[in-house]
Amino acid sequence: MIRYLDNVTTLELDADKCIGCTRCTQVCPHGVLRMEGKLVEIVDRDACMECGACATNCPTDALTVDSGVGCAIAMIVGALRGTEPTCECRGGTCC
Amino acid sequence: MTEAEIQPIDSAFTWRDRLQWWRVRWGIGRMRFAVSPGLYALNDPTPESDVFVTANYKMSVDHVRRALVGRKAWILVLDTQGINVWCAAGKGTFGTDELVERVSETGLAQQVSHNKLILPQLGGVGVDAGAVGNQTGLMVRYGPVRATDLPAYLDAGYKADDAMRRVRFNLADRALLVPVEIINAGKSILPAMAILFLLAGLSQRGFSVMTMLSQGLAAVLALGVAWLAGTVAGPLLLPWLPGRMLSMKGAMAALVLIGLLSIRVLPGLTGALDLAAFWLVVPAVASFIMMNFTGATPYTSPSGVRLEMKRSVPVQVACTVVALLLWLAQRVVEVV
Repeated sequence: MIRYLDNVTTLELDADKCIGCTRCTQVCPHGVLRMEGKLVEIVDRDACMECGACATNCPTDALTVDSGVGCAIAMIVGALRGTEPTCECRGGTCC
Repeated sequence: MTEAEIQPIDSAFTWRDRLQWWRVRWGIGRMRFAVSPGLYALNDPTPESDVFVTANYKMSVDHVRRALVGRKAWILVLDTQGINVWCAAGKGTFGTDELVERVSETGLAQQVSHNKLILPQLGGVGVDAGAVGNQTGLMVRYGPVRATDLPAYLDAGYKADDAMRRVRFNLADRALLVPVEIINAGKSILPAMAILFLLAGLSQRGFSVMTMLSQGLAAVLALGVAWLAGTVAGPLLLPWLPGRMLSMKGAMAALVLIGLLSIRVLPGLTGALDLAAFWLVVPAVASFIMMNFTGATPYTSPSGVRLEMKRSVPVQVACTVVALLLWLAQRVVEVV
């Protein structure tokens, strides 16, 4: 996969809370997380795109990430309207 | 829920489907490309057959039914307002609540004798598998990212290997996005072309149609090159363009195109100010268009996009404003 910017992701893992359910490793689409023994570890942090699937599926909130719409136009529209970044642009939905 | 409300579906991909796909790739009717949510039966499924969950964007449903050719399956289509799985999951419409509600509304439990749901992996952005289990007693299994890997996933005993678990963004994937990028950017580029073409008619002698025709083409061409760089060259050459920021890649794509086409020697760009404006505006506009490609890529993070915009937008705006002033100055200082 093409690499994006380093040292920007808000992904955090609290290893003490991990119960080793492996669900986050199933939903991560970029191989950021891997089981090391019985617990999960972040093995490729800068590949994280902050989609939030790992945190959504973590049963113990061991993983946290500020997920959202990673789209420049959505951020511009959100800034102009004074709202959160939104996909409701160009008179309709983008994706 | 009665038997009659389960709709049959097949794996056939007809010329009509093909035409619909081609149309939405060009952005035609993309927001109305939906099927009715509900439970669908593929190849007379039995109570033991697997249940596959997808979005009610027709292309999403098509991907699943095509992948499962010759297999008995239940397809549970969620109401995502005609949006694909990943985007809908990001918005939460492909989410825990909708899944739980759709399961109960369709009477799925009366049709199947097991308690397993197979979800597309990317649906995990909106669905909390644990919460679904707590609320319905159903077990969520995350299948592969791409529906085309479903047969291999099933044959491996519901196991997805690393490759199936990764999104990819190869040349073919990016090429599919080019048409809709051209169309979307065109909605801003074409009016801008028209305005510049009109302004090109201005000179010291006032407005003249002859001046507009002789001078306007270069301005239209400049925006055309930026359009091409930002929507075709940028996406296709993505991994090979220098820089990590998409805005940087867009500017680079523009420079590559200018070099390739040697546009600086084209007629109509004889003035020094025009030439400077051209070199400023083409990379700036291409950079802006490519920055917006972040909405289509499967690897850019919101935090990264925010940082990239903070760095790039001021440069893009400055270059465009200076270019416009130079270009207008050329109209005034020179009698053509």
